[in-house]
Amino acid sequence: MTTLLSIFVIIVAIAGLVWFTYNSLIVAKTRVEESWSGIDVQLKRRSDLIPNLIETVKGYATHEKSIFESVANARSAMLGAKSPQEKASADNVLTGALKSLFAIAENYPDLKASDNFRELQDELSDTENKIAYSRQFYNSNVLNFNTKIRVFPTVLIANMLKFKEAEFFKASEADKKEVNVKF
Amino acid sequence: MTIYNQIDSNKRKTWVVMVLFVLLITFLGFVFGKISGYGNSMVFFAVVISSVTSFFSYFFSDSIALSISGAIKVDKNTEPKVFRIVENLCIGAGIPAPKVYLIKDTAINAFAVGRDPKHAAVVFTTGAVERLEDEELEGVAAHELSHIKNFDTRLMVIVVVLVGTVTLLADFMARSMFYRKRSKDDSNIGGVLMLLALILVALSPVIASLIQLAISRNREYLADASGALLTRYPVGLAGALEKIAEDKEPLEVANKATAHLYISNPLKNQKGSVSWFANMFNTHPPINDRIQRLRSM
Repeated sequence: MTTLLSIFVIIVAIAGLVWFTYNSLIVAKTRVEESWSGIDVQLKRRSDLIPNLIETVKGYATHEKSIFESVANARSAMLGAKSPQEKASADNVLTGALKSLFAIAENYPDLKASDNFRELQDELSDTENKIAYSRQFYNSNVLNFNTKIRVFPTVLIANMLKFKEAEFFKASEADKKEVNVKF
Repeated sequence: MTIYNQIDSNKRKTWVVMVLFVLLITFLGFVFGKISGYGNSMVFFAVVISSVTSFFSYFFSDSIALSISGAIKVDKNTEPKVFRIVENLCIGAGIPAPKVYLIKDTAINAFAVGRDPKHAAVVFTTGAVERLEDEELEGVAAHELSHIKNFDTRLMVIVVVLVGTVTLLADFMARSMFYRKRSKDDSNIGGVLMLLALILVALSPVIASLIQLAISRNREYLADASGALLTRYPVGLAGALEKIAEDKEPLEVANKATAHLYISNPLKNQKGSVSWFANMFNTHPPINDRIQRLRSM
């Protein structure tokens, strides 16, 4: 009788632990997904601004065809990217292309003076800030989730239920090096 | 202490403060009833009044604090810079964007109110917006948003209203007893005054410890630290605090009850006003200490 009772107690305890762990993992995973959609919204907003920007710049700088192409290509690459890693690198390429576009804009005083262009520039830099903050929030949620599924005893249950680590949204090394400015 | 412990502890303390408040007012009603001869009906009134006040302040103390401070609501069109800073930090903190208010005053200060992140507001003085650099303002905003995220604002703002009510009621009772006895020219006046004095003496430490409970100085350090974690730039907030420390201008709309809400003591302890009593209400850790901690992060 006592053995039966203790076996029963142990089973209930294990079931309770699995239940609790599973729920907490799901909560953490949902947070990761939710914050991912936060990044997605901002990336979308950014790519929506670009056609408008290109049109505005075209009005003043008709000869700079190659830069328009590279921005447009980077934009469509980003829209096509799926995984966080792909999106992050596509986003980096786009950031680089936009930087060159703004550098070229420096040569056209009329363009720089136009209200429309300045507004777009403000909007874009605000969106870039928003991307940076949503990346920060997303990465902290990923860190939390990945730590959770790696520690004992959660790791046993996480493996059993096939939870996979989430990907960080990283700025690539190549992008960091690009900042070198020559005089 | 992690932020999650802090949130639980703040929620718990909010309940403790509300229960203590009801008990205290009931006790005051009991004493008042005995002295004034109204008897136990006063206890009934006290329970009703204090419960209603408690309930009311849980939901409305943020609007009360805002209107006491003369804060005006702004939106994206009128103040795009402040609004964007707050909005972006909220994305990083993962909380909904609070309402943004401005106080028309040249002193540099800010505070936040709200019972939870969904019903929150953050307030800046126009001085803060105009005189701080963008990254300094961002540091201040991150500090205030941390208070909101940690549920500090729930506790702090309720304390403002409840402690204010206790002081007001004690004052009212003292006065009414005084008039009553004078008009009847009762011979026990000495005894009543003694009792009155005793109540007030008993009351002050309770009020003081209630405030202490709400505003343990660690709360400010924790908000500084989590704000710095949010902006990844502790120097911003440190710079803002330095400017605030240099600035000797007090904020006119702040008073003793709302002082502990602000990022830095708005009363500026003008010369000679620092007594042991004022010190007991010293709501903020020394500003130089906070700057140093931020600089060494």
